[in-house]
Amino acid sequence: MRESGARTVVVFASASLGEAFEATARSFEDSEPGVDVVLHTAGTPRLVLQLREGAEADVFASADTVQMERVVALGRAASKPRVFAGNSLALAVRSDLQPPLAGIEDLARDGLRVLLCGPKVPAGRYARQALGRAGVAAVGSRSDEPNVRALLAKIELGEADAGIVYATDARRAGVRPASSSRASFVTIEPEHNVTVQCPIVALRRDDAAKPKPSADAFLAFVRSPRGQSILASHGFQAP
Amino acid sequence: MTSTRRNVPKLLWLPAALAALFFALPLVGLALRAPWRELLQLLSGTAVFDALILSLWSSLLATLLSLLLGLPLAAWLASTRSVAAVLVRVLVTLPMVLPPVVGGVALLLVYGRGGFVGSWTESWFGAALPFTSAGVVAAATYVAMPFFVLTVEGGLRGLDPRPADAAATLGARPLRVFVTVTLPMLLPSLRAGLLVAWARALGEFGATITFAGNLAGTTRTMPLAVHVALEDSPDKAMALSVVLVLISAGVLFVLRRQWFPTLRRDAEVRS
Repeated sequence: MRESGARTVVVFASASLGEAFEATARSFEDSEPGVDVVLHTAGTPRLVLQLREGAEADVFASADTVQMERVVALGRAASKPRVFAGNSLALAVRSDLQPPLAGIEDLARDGLRVLLCGPKVPAGRYARQALGRAGVAAVGSRSDEPNVRALLAKIELGEADAGIVYATDARRAGVRPASSSRASFVTIEPEHNVTVQCPIVALRRDDAAKPKPSADAFLAFVRSPRGQSILASHGFQAP
Repeated sequence: MTSTRRNVPKLLWLPAALAALFFALPLVGLALRAPWRELLQLLSGTAVFDALILSLWSSLLATLLSLLLGLPLAAWLASTRSVAAVLVRVLVTLPMVLPPVVGGVALLLVYGRGGFVGSWTESWFGAALPFTSAGVVAAATYVAMPFFVLTVEGGLRGLDPRPADAAATLGARPLRVFVTVTLPMLLPSLRAGLLVAWARALGEFGATITFAGNLAGTTRTMPLAVHVALEDSPDKAMALSVVLVLISAGVLFVLRRQWFPTLRRDAEVRS
């Protein structure tokens, strides 16, 4: 049961921020004894839906600014959102794909099974931007995957040949030997790549005028050198 | 034979009313919050039409497959008490008990390109089920057929054996007995089984999105379309939900005699 005491911070974070925020939350709890962080991650549009239907959260961290703007439009943001981290895209490729892919333009290869996230999912939106920049906007997905993890799972299982994921997912998979043997990652050239901006904001609960002090403290921690180094260790870039 | 009115203990009225309310309230909620004035506008567009058509034909095909494969299986299960039958019945019941997503993962591991059936079809026919409409039918059949098999098996076990025995005594071979004697007596169970299988196939989501994928026109059935719409345009999701509810309620009403025993008995009494 979620407690709504002053010493609990409920954080809604997009799925791509999952592990990084787990580490951030533990570190924050260490530095602020008595404060509990309750972390809830999901695909960003799903989080926005829950917030719109009145979910009680204190902090919202998004994978893109479009979804953040929807939360601001709900009137739940306590202040102006701030970008706290950056990310970029990478290609995920089935390890035994022959011939191997050299870059994002190779996604246009005949008969290649490509997977992208749905167009409203941040990762899917960014992916289509990158494809446009690389001149291969016509590349389509076999399925609009609901989030990057589902997409990666299908590539690891060999159901698809390639897909566009976050650079942090590439970093995360490299740390887990079992799956990384079946999926490898190819960098996307900076001129085709997209700068992902992750904003964060403290939320008002119901008709309270201000967010909880612990929510502001969490935000400050995320943007502090310690918080930033945790994010960097998970592959995120500085804002 | 008239239906007798049984006396329901008054103690049960309140829980029964609460139960009825539990089922009615979600529909009331949908009716209250649905965007009725913009309904037609929200439902216009090929995406909705594609999802509806795909849902209808894939669920009907899954129901047909459930009949063609499930009836022989039900007949066999009803005819024996062997250990093999017990094991097979567990296998058949499993998709009903497993979360549909797990069913989808299991289907992927076998019929996907990396699975032993899928890699075989891939090398011989150049295609596998994931990301195809055929995959939608496969996922729907996997979750729906158990309902058909168990309903029909129950029906077979409940049949009076004397007509079939009499026919056999008169010299009819097993197949003729089955087709001319057993099947006509089985019709109510068959209709109920087909209806519940179709309903389950129509509503399938977890196995479909995991195994077949989510692509407009090819694999995005109505439940998937609701899921996609929910995160982007809740009004559209409500409009699609209203359509699904109306279709399901409509079919149940049209087939009410198959579904509600008292209506059927009263109809038979009158005829």
